[in-house]
Amino acid sequence: MSDTTSHAFLRHGPPSDRVQRFTWVERIMHWFTAAVYIYAGLSGLALFTPYLYWLAIVLGGGPTIRTWHPIVGIAFVIGVFWMHHVWSRDLKLDSDDIKWLENVKYYITNQDEKLPPQDKYDAGQKVYYWGMFGSAIVLLLTGPVMWFPELMPRNLHWVLPIVTFLHSAAALVTIGGAMIHIYMSISNIPGSLKAMTQGHVSRGWAMLHAPKWYARISAREKNP
Amino acid sequence: MASKLLQIKAISGHAGTVPGGNMSRDYDVCKLVDTTTCIGCKACEVACLEWNDYPFHPTTFDNTYQTMPDTAWNYWNLIRFDEHTAPDGTFSWLMRKDQCMHCADPGCLASCPADGAIVQYANGIVDFNQEHCIGCQYCVTGCPFNIPKFNPTTKKVFKCTLCSDRVSAGLEPACIKACPTGCLHFGSKDDMKDLAERRTKQLREHTAYKDAGVYDPQGVDGTHVIYVLNDINNPEKYGGLPKNPSVDPIVRLWKGPLKWIGEFGIVLGAVGIAFHYLRYGPKEAEIQSGGDHERHD
Repeated sequence: MSDTTSHAFLRHGPPSDRVQRFTWVERIMHWFTAAVYIYAGLSGLALFTPYLYWLAIVLGGGPTIRTWHPIVGIAFVIGVFWMHHVWSRDLKLDSDDIKWLENVKYYITNQDEKLPPQDKYDAGQKVYYWGMFGSAIVLLLTGPVMWFPELMPRNLHWVLPIVTFLHSAAALVTIGGAMIHIYMSISNIPGSLKAMTQGHVSRGWAMLHAPKWYARISAREKNP
Repeated sequence: MASKLLQIKAISGHAGTVPGGNMSRDYDVCKLVDTTTCIGCKACEVACLEWNDYPFHPTTFDNTYQTMPDTAWNYWNLIRFDEHTAPDGTFSWLMRKDQCMHCADPGCLASCPADGAIVQYANGIVDFNQEHCIGCQYCVTGCPFNIPKFNPTTKKVFKCTLCSDRVSAGLEPACIKACPTGCLHFGSKDDMKDLAERRTKQLREHTAYKDAGVYDPQGVDGTHVIYVLNDINNPEKYGGLPKNPSVDPIVRLWKGPLKWIGEFGIVLGAVGIAFHYLRYGPKEAEIQSGGDHERHD
């Protein structure tokens, strides 16, 4: 047997031209929250407008979604709070983020070179996160009242329209954010979906979309 | 249970028009409750239970003659008893038959998300259709009179049907049939309004009730249950009858502008995303190293 024979071995961790962006725990956290969000969002839309009431039939019928929407909604809030625990440190807005947001038109029109460099998450992701987090708190505070209105005494019935309105409004904020988030991950930022499925991105991706983060982790690679 | 025989005017949670709407006209029906001749016998409560086949309900003693503090999912009709002392010291019992008011502009129907769970008939009756009810209780949020009541076992909401099953067969509601004093009347809205006006005129001109009047609140475009009250300026003292009931303005915002913003926002968002994809497309990274162009995704 010659020493020159090629052989393959199992790779552990990302390939050498790629860097780790999300751990497996972060990926599970994200997809857990995404799955329960999609159910809660679609069942909520069925209850929001008659034009989407057919979603109730798709999801098992009106009484079924009325039973499961609040339970799955609690799971969504748990997911968001978990994300907050793990990610909120990297999601604080800094002065570069403010400049980025002021010039967001360059981001929308794919002229990213005119924008200040971004850290692990860009300012758009940060705003999306805080929108989801704030909405989740509103949904959590209003949801239980709508879950058990029969427990509300008559002299507190005046809060029912208010909580119902706030619940719908907060949900619409999350839907607007989620639509953009899904578009960006599937199409607008190639490679970002793979970051959340397999956990790693190419070095080019990191240099382009998260240069401050890439500088930090490549410095750590050189001096471990 | 909704009647199959009556012409439908409005359907809850329904996208599009009402099938067969305006196919025929029907005159508005109306129940007139003359509280000034009610003796509080509760025959109407019993008749309601009998016709709708509900068991007698345990009573709750509340220091009044009232059967229980509030209506229930299987107790749609309740005489509210209030002790009232007039400024001159005279004492009176105020007795008001409480049940669904069958609003011309029903807040329950406006709030309901379930297609067909609440219908309004051309004759003005607002009826719940429990087979389509999902138990969300948005109707409770929308109702200014606190009428819809939730059954925690079946997870469905119930209320007075104005005996839509009897009315569709040409009969008067069961409560009307049982009333021994004739304080309950049933007929067309015009006739009941006319009768009520004549009765209040009589009260104002021939009794001490100078403030007698007809309760037909315009905040909900009038109701298909109207009252003769001997003091129209203070309906609250008759077991909390609201003075100017209307569908809550926040319910209107929720089912009006917020719903339109949501619907159009989602469509415009989808169109905007499609436009962005076609106009600008993906942001792809290229690394420049020694003149080599290498595409990474």
